[in-house]
Amino acid sequence: METFLQVLLILIQSVALLVALLVFIAYILLADRKVWAAVQLRRGPNVVGPFGLFQSFADLLKFVLKEPVIPSSANKGVFLLAPLVTCFLALAAWAVIPLADGWAIADLNVGILYVFAISSLGVYGVIMGGWASNSKYPFLGALRSAAQMVSYEVSIGFVIICVLLCVGSLNLSDIVRAQDTAAGVFGWYWLPLFPMFVVFFISALAETNRPPFDLPEAESELVAGFMTEYGSTPYLLFMLGEYVAIMTMCALTTILFLGGWLSPIPFAPFTWVPGVIWFVAKMCLVFFMFAMVKAFVPRYRYDQLMRLGWKVFLPISLAMVVIVAAVLQFTGWAP
Amino acid sequence: MMPALFFYLFAGVTVASAFMVISSKNPVHSVLFLILAFVNAAGLFVLMGAEFLAMILVVVYVGAVAVLFMFVTMMLDVDFAELRDGFLQYLPVGALVGLIVLAELVLVVGTWGAGGATQTVVAKAPIPNDVTNAEALGRVLYTEHLLLFQAAGLVLLTAMIGAIVLTLRERRAGVKRQDIAAQVARGPATAIEVVKVRPGQGLSETGV
Repeated sequence: METFLQVLLILIQSVALLVALLVFIAYILLADRKVWAAVQLRRGPNVVGPFGLFQSFADLLKFVLKEPVIPSSANKGVFLLAPLVTCFLALAAWAVIPLADGWAIADLNVGILYVFAISSLGVYGVIMGGWASNSKYPFLGALRSAAQMVSYEVSIGFVIICVLLCVGSLNLSDIVRAQDTAAGVFGWYWLPLFPMFVVFFISALAETNRPPFDLPEAESELVAGFMTEYGSTPYLLFMLGEYVAIMTMCALTTILFLGGWLSPIPFAPFTWVPGVIWFVAKMCLVFFMFAMVKAFVPRYRYDQLMRLGWKVFLPISLAMVVIVAAVLQFTGWAP
Repeated sequence: MMPALFFYLFAGVTVASAFMVISSKNPVHSVLFLILAFVNAAGLFVLMGAEFLAMILVVVYVGAVAVLFMFVTMMLDVDFAELRDGFLQYLPVGALVGLIVLAELVLVVGTWGAGGATQTVVAKAPIPNDVTNAEALGRVLYTEHLLLFQAAGLVLLTAMIGAIVLTLRERRAGVKRQDIAAQVARGPATAIEVVKVRPGQGLSETGV
């Protein structure tokens, strides 16, 4: 009976988080398009509901009601599995994200490794989709994305190691608690590890295939990259998985560098605000930066993308690991 | 009850997908089943309390090694009819290797079951409850086994340098390459020249 109740509780928590996350993403999608439009002096979606607030739900209905088309030469099983894998893996990462103190469904000891492992699996959805479509452009898109995501994972790994050296724990909640100092916003890791913050932000863009690193779906060269042959619900799942992965990266940036659920000003009226509100506000701030980058940075060329990953970010992050470790060791700040 | 249930789930799927790796006809399907087997093996690690190993297994094998496997198998143009022709020819060698591995497995499991050498090793290192997985691993890896750890690192470094040397090509002379530093260093002062052109006067007369 005891275990049954526990399982039931976890199920209820998961469904609540899932629903909240999906509704949040519906508005994040709208915000993305609105920011993009504002930069280009357009109005953006404004027809469905007041200020276009129901646009994402109208899109959802449209995708679900359309007829799914499977190319006759496609590998059917893998073709349909690919969007499911993308979406499932992206959502699975949210099991360990602490939205406020103690608000994680599973507060794992190896939380950060879990998120890193799950996000490194995200590449499979793309490769499977590109291969199973049995068509040239999707295949090229899949090849590009495989190389791109593997390259940027390396520097993300080193950035995470830098933060872990300062914290001394792999637990996501512990990482946030380690940033809880009297200095408030200046005590968070974005300031002492500023170069790593920048490297992580740019690598997160590349890892989630966001512009300017959206080479796998570059519409000017590859139609829609690995998603070319997809339509209706499978396409919707790809898009959903992509945005959930983007939100995961925003949440991870918030936890690693922006103090998670902590208030930026560490005294009375501000600390009364529930942690989850600070967390979501910081996530929205990071996403706003993602959206602005998409709006005004032109797409990278493929060789420049590889150069940035291997010749710039890898040496910088590797050097920072050594520097951070040396500083912590010789000043005695190591936890 | 729950751990047992999950053990049989993970173990069953691991064995079934491992079988599918060798029996499926499409090599890409084989790699996908291999990935499924890896993930379920990671699940088994979690059940044993080795969560750090489980996550590293997923990051290294599934996230990096299997992606490269997938890369290669996707590009391969395998002729299955030709492969089946060679089946009988290689059957004796394959069967011999299989038998040797089977015999070794039986011996290992047999001594383990009979309470042989492995139990003394397990008894030597009790698992402390107050330290996490990563901490416990770090404590032995960087103290007792430092030499072996460094040697393993050197072996991997050698392999990496070997791969780089194999793919390194001589740069041909006269090929234009992008010089990012030069591009970034270029500013309005070095790239733009403002020229005052009087009406009725051609550019050639201003000296440009």
